[in-house]
Parts: sequence; structure tokens; C-alpha cells
Amino acid sequence: MNKERRIRVLVAKPGLDGHDRGARIIARAYRDAGFEVVYSGLHQTPEEVVQAAIQEDVDMIGLSSLAGAHMYLFPRVVELLKEKNADDIVVCGGGIFPEEDIPKLKNAGIKEVFTPGTPLTEIVNWVKENVKPRGL
Amino acid sequence: MEIVQKIKTGDIRAVARLIRDIDDNIPEAREVLKELYSATGNAYVIGVTGAPGVGKSTLVDQMVTHLRKSGKTVGVLAVDPTSPFSGGAILGDRVRMQRHSMDEGVFIRSMATRGAFGGLTQSTRSAIDVLDAMGKDYVIVETVGVGQDEVDIVRSSDTTLIVLVPGMGDDVQALKAGILEVGDIFVINKSDREGVDKTVGDIRLMIEMDEKRYKDGWKPPILTTQAAFDKGIRELLDEIEKHHLYLSSNKTMLSKLRYEKAKSDLSEMIKDRIAKEIFIDITSSGEFEEAIKSIVDKQIDPYTACDTIVSAKLKSNIR
Repeated sequence: MNKERRIRVLVAKPGLDGHDRGARIIARAYRDAGFEVVYSGLHQTPEEVVQAAIQEDVDMIGLSSLAGAHMYLFPRVVELLKEKNADDIVVCGGGIFPEEDIPKLKNAGIKEVFTPGTPLTEIVNWVKENVKPRGL
Repeated sequence: MEIVQKIKTGDIRAVARLIRDIDDNIPEAREVLKELYSATGNAYVIGVTGAPGVGKSTLVDQMVTHLRKSGKTVGVLAVDPTSPFSGGAILGDRVRMQRHSMDEGVFIRSMATRGAFGGLTQSTRSAIDVLDAMGKDYVIVETVGVGQDEVDIVRSSDTTLIVLVPGMGDDVQALKAGILEVGDIFVINKSDREGVDKTVGDIRLMIEMDEKRYKDGWKPPILTTQAAFDKGIRELLDEIEKHHLYLSSNKTMLSKLRYEKAKSDLSEMIKDRIAKEIFIDITSSGEFEEAIKSIVDKQIDPYTACDTIVSAKLKSNIR
């Protein structure tokens, strides 16, 4: 039988940040790369993000934040995934972050952080290299 | 099987993973489905279809809210189209149902059509069974409103809603005949827009002209709603309930429906299985590529190529 799984990604906008153009652009890039992308919509709490990720059985969560609340929101998502025994789901961040926060985010379990100007192909390739569909 | 137990008790992770495994054709998933089948048949399945942009997701969101208020649990399958070019998909219906994400009584799952054979794919039909076995009182399936979907959805649903918006005018005339035959309830959403009376009139006329269909049975009602403003939803759910009562009040009807559903399920599964088996075989052996090249080089016509492949695989002769 066909053992090829499609990568499923949740693109989520946690917090009060209302700018979702970047998230939509990346969602389209992921679709063009052959992934199935669930888009969460705006103003998600970390709890809502994790619940959606579990219901949708995604391989990766891409968190988008341009409003500065990432140091609370992103690690909280990682924490909740652990609590729900779902920490096999890879978590990435995209958006505007101060340089000094990036290592802190990675320490907190965010696998990679993409800042403005990163070419879409680079992001897509990173996902293909680092995110394996569950079970493979 | 442990996973069967988990699903019957509503374990979200187990349900989510099984739906994914079904979608990805994992053989073990099929075994689970076999065991789960006896636990299906309890959920009431509502199909919601209509052109893109008519407000299906918003409507479903409101229906879920009302159903939850009456203490019912709901599973939602939101189907969006797979890109025929990349094989990927953007599944955005969840956005309209955000307020239910933390409600344990609601399970929302987005699925892509994965386009291979069109219509309501086998995976979606199986996912309905899983949400049914999970114990949901209602399963709402929202599908892309183009192509074969509209007709396929009725075979998997107890009640099918056709959603339109006013001002479709000539579009109503141009609606494929199939849609009118499969709709149990017609919903004109965004009814604050201009042209609602005409649209109601057009649909009513079409229903009247098709009287052989409803003469002894259910005449599809036409409702107006404004889903974004929570108007008309209560009435819609009442009509769905009426349809439910109509279906269950008639023993002959019930057995006919069960027969049709089993027939449809089995036919679709056989077609799906045969096609998949053959394709996997001929793509991995290179036969498919070879056949394509032979056709391109005009060494063989596609009909002969097809018959050669199929009769070899089925070990019988195609007449």
C-alpha cells in the first residue's frame, strides 16, 4: 500500500496580533509545496492552538507573531503539547522577534524561528528536511 | 483492539490519528474500521453543500452553537479542495468555527478532497463513520460546492442542505439538475441581500416542476437565514428535526434508505479499492509509465493499453 503521507501543518496566530498577511502567504507557500495547511484564524489562545493541532493531527505548528507576545505564547504552546502527550508535533515560529529572544525561544522548545525577509523556499525546504509526517 | 475502545470512549487523539491514517491509506486503519462498523448508525448526519462563499461554514458554526445548547454533541467535517497542481490544500473552514475549539462536545476536522476520484472521497465517508462510532449525536459534513460533491453527499447524509444566496438569478436556472434532486432542505443565506424573493420563487418553481419526487413524501422546504446574525437557525434545525421524524416514521422508507446506503457504500468502496490496487501496482512496476510512453509514441491506443492492464490485473478477459 502507498506509504506516502502528506505533511499536515497548522498555521496559527496566537494572541492579540491582528496582522495575518504573513501567515496567509506562508500558508499558500506550504500548499504549493504539497502540504495540507489548516489555518486557525486570528486571536487564538495557546489552549485553542493545541486543541486544533490535536484534532487535526498535524505534524507541525507554525506560530505567527508580530506583536511581541511571543515569549509567553510560544513556550506556552510547547508546554501544553507536552501536557497532552503531543510533543511529537514540531513547533516553529515566524514573525518579528528581537535577536536576543531567538535563542531563548529555541531553548523553550521552538525548533526554528523565521524572521522577515527569509525566502519562502528556504522555509519550505526547512520543513521538508525537519518535519517528517507522523509514523515515518 | 485498544484503539477501538479509545475511539468509542471519545479519545480525541485516537480519533484524529485514525482519520489521518484512513486518509493516508494505512492498511491497519482499515482493520480498525472493520471493527468500528458495528458501532456506527447512531449519529444523525447532516450534509451541507453549496457554492463557495454562500456562508456554509458560518451556518455550520451557528448550527453547532444551537445544537450544543440543546445538549447534543457534534462532529464536523469541513472539506476543502486539494490543489490539482501541488497536491496541497488550504483548509480554512475552521476559522469560522473558532468559538467551539475548546468545547469537548465538538470535534472539528478539516479534510482535503485529495482529488483523485472526485466527489466525496472514501476517506470522508469513513471519517463520518469514525465520528459516529466516537459517539457524536450529530455529524455535519460541509463540502466544497462544485462538481460531483453535491450528489455524492446525499448518499452519506440523512438530511442534505443546499445553501444558496439571493441574486443567483440565472444561476439558479443553470443549477445542475442533480442538486435539486438531492436537496432535502434549501437554505437561502445572506437573506438581507437583494433578490431573495425572486430566488425563493425560482427554487419553488423548480421544486413544483419535479413533483414526482415529493408527491408521496417529503417536499423540500425553502428557508431563509442570515447565519452571520444568527437568524433563522432555530427554524432550520426544526426543519431538520421534521425531516428526521419523516424518515424514521416510515418502515418501508427506512429499509429502502438502509439498502441504498449499503449499496452506495459497497459500490464506492469496491471502485476505490480496485482503482487504488491497480494504480499502486502499475506505478511501482513501471508498467504505467511504459504504457503512457507507448501511447505517446503511437505504438498502442489507450483503449488497448487499458484493457491489457486491467485484464492482467483482474486475471480475466474484458469484453
